[in-house]
Amino acid sequence: MNFGNILLNYEEAVAMILFGIGFSNLLMQKNLIKKIVGMNIMDTSMYLFLALKGYIVGRKAPIVVDGIQSVEAYINPIPSGLVLTGIVVSVSVTALMLALTIRLYNRYHTLDLDEISTRLKEEGL
Amino acid sequence: MAFVQNFPFISILMSLFAGPISSVLNKKWAKRLNIFVIVFVGIMSASVLGFVLGTGQEYIYVMGHFAAPWGNEIRIGILEAAMALFFCVVMFLCVIGGVLEREREIEETKHNLYYIMVNLLLCSLLALIYTNDIFTAYVFVEINTISACGLIMIRQSGRTIEASMRYMIMSLLGSGLFLLGICFLYSLTGHLLMSNIKEQVALLQAAGEYHIPLLTAICLMSVGLAIKSALYPFHTWLPDAYGYSTLSSAAILSSLVSKGYIFLLIKIFYRVIGFDIIRESKVINVLFVFGIAGMIMGSVNAIRENSIQRMIAYSSVAQIGYIYMGFGLGTTAGIIASVYHILSHAATKSLLFMAASGISDASAKSKNFFDLTGAGYRNRLAGVAFTVGSLSMVGFPMFSGFISKILFAQAAWGNRNKILIAVVALAISTILNAVYFLKTVIRIYTPEKEEIVINKGFQDVTISEQPSKSVAMICLVALNLFLGLFSEPVVMLIERGLEMFA
Repeated sequence: MNFGNILLNYEEAVAMILFGIGFSNLLMQKNLIKKIVGMNIMDTSMYLFLALKGYIVGRKAPIVVDGIQSVEAYINPIPSGLVLTGIVVSVSVTALMLALTIRLYNRYHTLDLDEISTRLKEEGL
Repeated sequence: MAFVQNFPFISILMSLFAGPISSVLNKKWAKRLNIFVIVFVGIMSASVLGFVLGTGQEYIYVMGHFAAPWGNEIRIGILEAAMALFFCVVMFLCVIGGVLEREREIEETKHNLYYIMVNLLLCSLLALIYTNDIFTAYVFVEINTISACGLIMIRQSGRTIEASMRYMIMSLLGSGLFLLGICFLYSLTGHLLMSNIKEQVALLQAAGEYHIPLLTAICLMSVGLAIKSALYPFHTWLPDAYGYSTLSSAAILSSLVSKGYIFLLIKIFYRVIGFDIIRESKVINVLFVFGIAGMIMGSVNAIRENSIQRMIAYSSVAQIGYIYMGFGLGTTAGIIASVYHILSHAATKSLLFMAASGISDASAKSKNFFDLTGAGYRNRLAGVAFTVGSLSMVGFPMFSGFISKILFAQAAWGNRNKILIAVVALAISTILNAVYFLKTVIRIYTPEKEEIVINKGFQDVTISEQPSKSVAMICLVALNLFLGLFSEPVVMLIERGLEMFA
């Protein structure tokens, strides 16, 4: 394995580390809000990764100005489009998660998912 | 271009728009619209299936005015059309079967919201089946997850909200991994359309370049979809989600939602990566091991369960294990068996949920195993339906489960290294299935003492009291018998569909 590549592509490496942080937060945190924050870190790291993949050094954002239509002048627009779609998905999922969290908090007055489960078992529904 | 060729697009669009329209309708009209959409989409899928069988060729439908490498497209073959038709039939039966439960368990003002979710779920399932663009697949996976979450929490109780929270968390972990896999694949190949990705992957493989990133992408996508479809170690959200939601939701979730993800995974194996590369990548061995673990542990958990609905939910874990074991065999016969098992499990599991709710109706709505004694006599149709479902799950000849077990055993024959493990696991899992299903069947046909029946207020349930549920159960029994007795044309259809897939 060549570790020099990691230094060369340090941005991608950062994106992957962020993904790991977000993923493990979403999986292992007990607090629901922290879980949601973890999920957002995870999604954002993916946008960073995609944006890096679309970027070409020395080129501009793909908006035609001054009539320059050459492909050579602009970066790849598709990853940016994917990032936008991803943001829409992530926003709606975050909204849903927050709504569920509010419901659970109103019912059990705690944000700890494990404690909620214990209380549900005590209720014995 | 024949007019029929527009139908897949129309059916996706119709179910998509039926969702928002339901939000302004009242309960009665929302339900009518929903039933109409499902039936109409079913009819359209049937005619598409007829068309594709007639021409014997798949076709590509371009969405918008941009051609292949840039635009978005859907691709329709035999397997896709057959799956769409089958999903519509099962969804129709699930929706009409749970009418009484929905009346009882959902708040009066929230009924139309339920139909929004069902419509969106149908839309996303159709899109997952038809799409030829992998990022579109990701978006519809998310829509599928969100609407499934709505189906769980429409019954407002602490249990269901907690269950939908857990479901969302696991699903988001899965879709995070899946999205990362797509990003990797995109940066490797530069394409989002499945057929283009496949060409580029073949070139990469031939040149021997980027082996590890490609492997990583395959792993990420497989694991992501495995988490979402509740493969064994990731199944913890499943029993609560299926066990406490309303009847239609439980039936739809177990028979359709997880199957949509599995179908997408098959699609990725065949159309995006190519099955030969998947076989070389050894990812399927991992799926094989977890599938086997799921087959056994799911059944063991089901045996220990006292609530009948949760028992059936745990049995789903075992059946999902079967499907992944079929992938793990790494032969086309294995995939055929898995696809057949998708059909068979969908028909049987929704039947079992209906029948279980029928027999618990005859036991004062109790879901506890010990209260069900003699319920088969108090609700005769549900008793028979439950027996049929159980026998099918155990693998009794004549029913669909038998055929899928035979197909799995035959497929295992094609892989010399795994035959022993696969066949032994099949045998053990069948015995465990028999233990908990036949235990329940014996329990519901053991006469209960007269005074207990009076004390606990158990009442007989006749067919005329629950017309829609009875119709749904009879249709599902018929579907089960059809899959069991006329399996040859179905297997032929799957075979031809898979050939078209590659």
